[in-house]
Amino acid sequence: MTTPRTLQFRIYRYDPDKDAAPYMQDISVEIDDHDHKLLDALVKLKAKDDSIAFRRSCREGICGSDAMNINGRNGLACLTDISDLKTPITLRPLPGLPVIRDLIVDMTQFFKQYHSIKPYLVNNDPPPERERLQSPEDREELNGLYECILCACCSTSCPSFWWNPDKFVGPAGLLNAYRFIADTRDQATSERLDNLEDPYRLFRCHTIMNCVDVCPKGLNPTLAIGKIKEMMTRRFV
Amino acid sequence: MLNRIVVGAHYGLKDWIIQRCTAIVMALYTLVLLAILCVAQPGSFEAWRAIFGHGLMKFATFLFFISLFYHAWIGIRDIWMDYVTCTRMRLALMLVTLAVLVGYTGWVSLILGRL
Repeated sequence: MTTPRTLQFRIYRYDPDKDAAPYMQDISVEIDDHDHKLLDALVKLKAKDDSIAFRRSCREGICGSDAMNINGRNGLACLTDISDLKTPITLRPLPGLPVIRDLIVDMTQFFKQYHSIKPYLVNNDPPPERERLQSPEDREELNGLYECILCACCSTSCPSFWWNPDKFVGPAGLLNAYRFIADTRDQATSERLDNLEDPYRLFRCHTIMNCVDVCPKGLNPTLAIGKIKEMMTRRFV
Repeated sequence: MLNRIVVGAHYGLKDWIIQRCTAIVMALYTLVLLAILCVAQPGSFEAWRAIFGHGLMKFATFLFFISLFYHAWIGIRDIWMDYVTCTRMRLALMLVTLAVLVGYTGWVSLILGRL
């Protein structure tokens, strides 16, 4: 036996083909006891009004595609409990990125910054027969780094990324940069540090920790950024 | 000029280190000054003058202001870099900031020299 109830939403709507300007739409949807996560309600909302556009895929916090601004805070719809949200639930697209339609943003700039840190292992030694080995201690350092799903919740909650998305790598990019700087199998540490030693690319981070606050995977980009600065200092002093 | 994004100035680390060092200097000076004021409890102009006229205190005060101005320079420069996108305007604002801070340094020197 399920108890249906009505959930109120205020949703950012913008279709550049039809709308002159964005607007907020008040809409409600019936949910029941099986609907625990915000994404469950959004899927029902989509069934009710199929003009509402949002991204979603895995529905379990792995793909990172349903990142959005939920009641003023970035998060993943599939990991957000409906019971934790005040109603009406206000949904907006991730801040700071161009809106393609409704809750869908253009993430080109975000991925440009991610690609700029060369997010792959650089090792010029001939590949071993099986795999490049690491000690358990060295592998331990990668915990809290490799789990990033590139949902952009962190970078789009960072004012430095809002002001300079074309120059500042952003928390997600820097967390991933440290993931390869910290990897003992990587041979491009110095080049990676050179690549980041720039007042815009790295030093726009003023440690306000919005990124840590919103990361749906509980990661700490500020700590990783601090470690990059520490490594640069060790190299310099 | 081509409208291309240019980064790679290869500076920032020194400023980041200096900002932290100057913060430590300012924090230490503030604590020492508070301790001195608590102990001496100056009630007159002469008493205040005696505190700041001491050679070591003059040096510490000058070091504090140098730290303050350098710290402020990095902070204000960061604000211009964040919010002012026009390069010419940014450069002009940086120069004005530098001129004001260098002026303040001279002013502090004059005041401390007169003590």
